[in-house]
Amino acid sequence: MPKRVAIIGSGQTDHTSRRADVNIPELIKEAVDRALVDAELTIDDIDAVVIGNMEHFEGINLSDMWASEGSGAVMKPAMKIATGGTTGASVAACAYYHCASGLFDRVLAIGWEKLSESDTTTGIITAFDPIVERLTLAGAVGGLAIEANLYMTSYGITQEQVAKAAVMARKNAQRNPHAHLKLDLTVEQVLNSPMIAYPIHYLDMCPTSDGACAVIFASEDVARKSANPPAWVKAAVCRHNHPYIGDVDWRKSTLESAAIEAYRLAGITHPRRELDVIELYDPASFALLSWIESLHICGPGEGGKMIDTGAITMEGDIPVNPSGGVISTNPIGATALIRVAEAALQIQGKAGARQVEGVRTALATGFGGSYWSEVFILGRAS
Amino acid sequence: MRREKEKDYLYITLHTELPYRYSAGRYMSRFLTTLRDEARILASRCTHCGTVLVPPRVVCGNCFAEMEEFVEVGPRGTLKTFSVINFPFIDPFTGVQRPVPYGYAIVQLDGCDNGLPHFLDEIDVHKLRIGLRVEAVFKPQDEREGAMTDILHFRVIGD
Ligand SMILES: [Zn+2]
Repeated sequence: MPKRVAIIGSGQTDHTSRRADVNIPELIKEAVDRALVDAELTIDDIDAVVIGNMEHFEGINLSDMWASEGSGAVMKPAMKIATGGTTGASVAACAYYHCASGLFDRVLAIGWEKLSESDTTTGIITAFDPIVERLTLAGAVGGLAIEANLYMTSYGITQEQVAKAAVMARKNAQRNPHAHLKLDLTVEQVLNSPMIAYPIHYLDMCPTSDGACAVIFASEDVARKSANPPAWVKAAVCRHNHPYIGDVDWRKSTLESAAIEAYRLAGITHPRRELDVIELYDPASFALLSWIESLHICGPGEGGKMIDTGAITMEGDIPVNPSGGVISTNPIGATALIRVAEAALQIQGKAGARQVEGVRTALATGFGGSYWSEVFILGRAS
Repeated sequence: MRREKEKDYLYITLHTELPYRYSAGRYMSRFLTTLRDEARILASRCTHCGTVLVPPRVVCGNCFAEMEEFVEVGPRGTLKTFSVINFPFIDPFTGVQRPVPYGYAIVQLDGCDNGLPHFLDEIDVHKLRIGLRVEAVFKPQDEREGAMTDILHFRVIGD
C-alpha cells in the first residue's frame, strides 16, 4: 500500500518575460527559498530533490547538475524529469511517488524555465520527429491551432466565446502577484489582435515566461505535523499518447482518460458538484472551454455555454484558473507544477486575493508532448 | 560569442551548430524511397487490429503488435483539420525564419486511419474547411530525394 502524501508548502518566483538579473541557479533558488519559508523548513529537512525543465529551451542538458546548488541538491538524492509541457506535473508526480513509496519523508519538486533565452517555437519543434513532422509543425501554436479548429468547427464554438475565456483568465491574473500577464482586456481587443495561427489570435495564446516553482511533498506522518494545512494528494494520473500529431484522435483524449481514472481513485462521481476549483493547463484560450469537457465538467460542445453563463469565472460554481492560468503565465518546465501549487494553495486557504471560498477538493492538470496529460486531485481531508 | 549589456547585466550569445545523422530505419526508409522512386505513399497495417497508419512503423501503439504489412494509401484524402500559420519563428531545419504564411494540414489519406501533416497550397481560411477533399502534389521525379519534401504540398480538389 502506498503511504498517503500531502503538499506542505510551495514557492514561486514573480514570473515575467525576462529575468536578466538572475541566471538559472539563481532563479531556481528564489522559488526554493520561498517554498522553504512557506513550509517553515530548511534545506536540511529535504530528503530528495526532483527537478525538471525542457532542455532545448536553454540548450542545457543536465539541469539537475547545473542547478544543484540553487535546487539544494548537493549531497542529496536528485533526479531530473523532462516531459515537455507536462514536465512540472511529472516532477510533482515523481515527488509524490518518492513519498508514497515510504522511502522518503520530504521531497522537493522544482520546475523552471527561462524562455527568454531562445526561440520557444524552435525549441518545441525539436521535440518532434525530425523526418516527418518538423518540416511543417509550427510549435505549440500550430499544434494547438489545428485542435482548436477541429473543436470549434465540430461544436459551433465562436471566436467570441473563446475570446471571453481569454479575457477572464487575464482578469483573474490581476489578483495573482506571481502572474506574468495581468491584462485588462476586452473581447474586441482579443479578436482584433493578430491571427497568429487560425483560429488562434495573439491574445488567445500563452506568453513565454521566465520563472520557477517549488513544491514540498511529505509523507503522511510528517505532513500531519507540518506548519501548513496539508493538501492531500488524492490522485495523480498520467496518460501518454501516440507519437505523431497525425496519429492523435482528439475524440479519445488523454485528458479525459486521465480524469476518469483520477475520479475513480478519488471517489468522485459528479465532478462539477464535487470539485471546488480547477487549475487547468490552458496553453490557449479554447482549451478553457474544450478541456473542461474532457474533465466531464460539462457535456461535449457545452464549453461555450460555460463561459457565456459565467460558470467557470471566479463568481461561478466551478471557477477555472483563479491564478490566471497558462495563458497568463508560462515558464514551461514550471507551468504544470504551478497548476499543482495553485491547487494546493486553494486547499490550504492560502491563495490570497485569488482564493475561492471553502475549497475542499481541487483538480490540476498538465499538458504536453503529443497531446498527453496529467491529472492531479488534491483534497483537504486525507 | 557576442556580449551585450542590459543595465548591469551581461548577455552571452551562443550559436550552436550540432550536426545529427538519424537512421530512418527499415520502415521509414521504405516509405521515403517509395515516395522518391514511385511517388506513392506507403502505410503499415496492424496484423492484430487492422489499423492502417502513415508513416509506416514497426509497432501498432494500440496493441503493441508488429505491423507486418505495407499498404498504399492516398494520394487523395480529406482535410481532417488545418491552420494557416502567420507568426514568424526560426525553423530548426534551416536556422532561419520559416516563410509565413503557410497552410498546415492534417490529411486523412484514403485507406488510412490516421492523419499525415503537410503543407496546404491554400492560405485563405475562407476557402478552407474541415472535410474538403485534397490531393498530394509531388515534386518532379528528378528533384525527389527521399524526404517528406518530395510531396510539395496538398492541393484542394473540392468537396
Ligand atoms: Zn493494432
